[in-house]
Amino acid sequence: MKKIHFEKHRCKGCGLCVIFCPQKNLRMSEDLNDQGLSYPEEIDPACCNACGLCFRMCPDTAIEIHPEGVKNSKK
Amino acid sequence: MQTLKRTEVLKDALTHYCPGCGHGIIHRLVAEVIEELGIREITIGTAPVGCAVLLYDYFNCDIIECSHGRPPAVATGIKRIHPDKIVFTYQGDGDLAAIGTAETIHAANRGENITVIFVNNAIYGMTGGQMAPTTLTGMVSTTSRDGRGQHGEGPPLKVCELLSSLDGVYYLERTAVSTPKDVNSTKRAIKKAFQNQIDGKGFSLVEVLSMCPTDWKVSTAKAVDFVNNDMKEVFPLGVYKDKS
Amino acid sequence: MGKKILLKGNEVMSEAAIQAGCRFFAGYPITPQNEVPEYMSRRMPQVGGVFVQAESEIAAINMVFGASAAGARCMTSSSSPGISLKQEGISYIAGAELPCLIANMQRGGPGLGNIRASQADYFQAVKGGGHGDYRLIVLAPASTQELYNLTMNAFDWADYYRNPVLMLGDGILGQMTEPVEILPYEPILDLPEKDFILDGCKGRDPRVVKTLVLRPAEGLVDHNEHLQKKYRRIESELSLCDEYRVEDADIVIAAYGITSRIAKGAVRMAREKGMKVGLIRPITLWPFPKESFKKVAYDTSQILVVEMSHGQFIEDVKLAIEAACPVEFLGKGGGWYPTEEIILEKIESMITSPVAAKGRV
Repeated sequence: MKKIHFEKHRCKGCGLCVIFCPQKNLRMSEDLNDQGLSYPEEIDPACCNACGLCFRMCPDTAIEIHPEGVKNSKK
Repeated sequence: MQTLKRTEVLKDALTHYCPGCGHGIIHRLVAEVIEELGIREITIGTAPVGCAVLLYDYFNCDIIECSHGRPPAVATGIKRIHPDKIVFTYQGDGDLAAIGTAETIHAANRGENITVIFVNNAIYGMTGGQMAPTTLTGMVSTTSRDGRGQHGEGPPLKVCELLSSLDGVYYLERTAVSTPKDVNSTKRAIKKAFQNQIDGKGFSLVEVLSMCPTDWKVSTAKAVDFVNNDMKEVFPLGVYKDKS
Repeated sequence: MGKKILLKGNEVMSEAAIQAGCRFFAGYPITPQNEVPEYMSRRMPQVGGVFVQAESEIAAINMVFGASAAGARCMTSSSSPGISLKQEGISYIAGAELPCLIANMQRGGPGLGNIRASQADYFQAVKGGGHGDYRLIVLAPASTQELYNLTMNAFDWADYYRNPVLMLGDGILGQMTEPVEILPYEPILDLPEKDFILDGCKGRDPRVVKTLVLRPAEGLVDHNEHLQKKYRRIESELSLCDEYRVEDADIVIAAYGITSRIAKGAVRMAREKGMKVGLIRPITLWPFPKESFKKVAYDTSQILVVEMSHGQFIEDVKLAIEAACPVEFLGKGGGWYPTEEIILEKIESMITSPVAAKGRV
């Protein structure tokens, strides 16, 4: 179940979320967003325990945490 | 566990801050505190000159943009007219600790019932990386090419230590946003600084050590390391004054 | 009729401000205006207002910036060196179009100068003073009664036009004690609702008071044009001038503020000696009463500008009269002031001069 939603258009690609993910479950994308920047993606959604550290470190409010699972409309 | 997402105290706008800049984190913390305390509709913020000058583009509350260093004076004028409203300043190191040192010290010593969020990233960000009053000794900037201290620049100015000697100050704490734990501590400190104002306690200031990867000319990871290893050594975290 | 009391000019201005509803004062001590903060520190608490002794003139004007944005009628006062310090804040207040009153009881300059009266801050007052293209409404009272009345009006003009007003006095006016009729405040204008006030966004969208205009690219150009349009409107609506015995005058003295008071005495002395001399005195220095000056210049042979500086006001006089008649000058800076006798002597020299013999130019 996917618990993280990335507002990837908000991401500036700083990578703070990747640095601080305790599960080492995030990596920067090879794809680029509208600003031409890499954005985070989950390596394995099953690994995420919705701890929220990535949300706390994100300077761009580009991450949402939904412990009960991200609704389909937010995919 | 709760859903975590952007508070509506922040507008939907994308910020102009560089990747990895701590301002975005600190904006979110201030906004979350305003939301949690339910004070958005009675809050008036003051924007500084510096990277945070566009504060009004991001915060969903009344904002006045001040001249460089004067937010504590402007906040004094507003708070004295509206003692029942919540007034905060959001200032960088150049604004608060260089050009606005007098305004800072005197607002603090008068015990103005305001909340000051002081972002210390040891550099002038907006103007392109010149030496700040809080630039570390030996640190290279565009106006201290050989490292601070080589040509009579003096050592970095320690705001919490300086203000802690003033009897008029109610609460001073230095925190950081360079680890998730520090981010949580910063939020707790900011909340306390706002709660103090709600309770009419007086001048509260939270100094937040923050990253500026662009003007430090390092990666995000190195910037975090610089705060954790170098800045925290010169600017120790902790409560410097708490009259409660 | 109101009660007549004896007060110093500085106290007269302070009381008038209180009467007009000024409820915020921030200032810093500097001679010769110290009676203003002293009076305000006593009176403000009595009327539920705020007095703050600021750490500097810079802080004081920025406190006023905040208080004005918060919706209060507010003022600060100082004297020449302190007014120089305030220029940063004045530029911001003018740019943000906030109302307030700033008083300058001028003293001798440049630099620390001295504490005698002077009129050497004229350029600073009427041409801007701080950075950027802005204007202050500048008032030049010649008596304490006029200082009282104009102070009350100043708050109305500031609110009406959303523009800072500068009361340009001097050390003599500030220190002079005269009987003043304490009149109750009556607004002289239908004042607009203050729709810019920052008091929390309950029930409305958040408001912003700012002077930085980065976007759109032409935003600051547009803002400046908006300001200039307002200034043209003020020029067309607010221009005050006083004339004394100019109808048949061969020589008209042009002077403002306390200097005009001395000049009036010189006019009387000259008239007693049979010389046809008059006086024109601007009450608003900005807007400058150009039309009144032009009209007087066309009807007289010579104008004598008298001011307590080395020639600043004279430039606006010359611009206004468009070379309609010759202009003579009498003035010095540094705390010098003219006596009636000195002015009379100058008038006598002008009457016997070749310019006067030629008659109308």
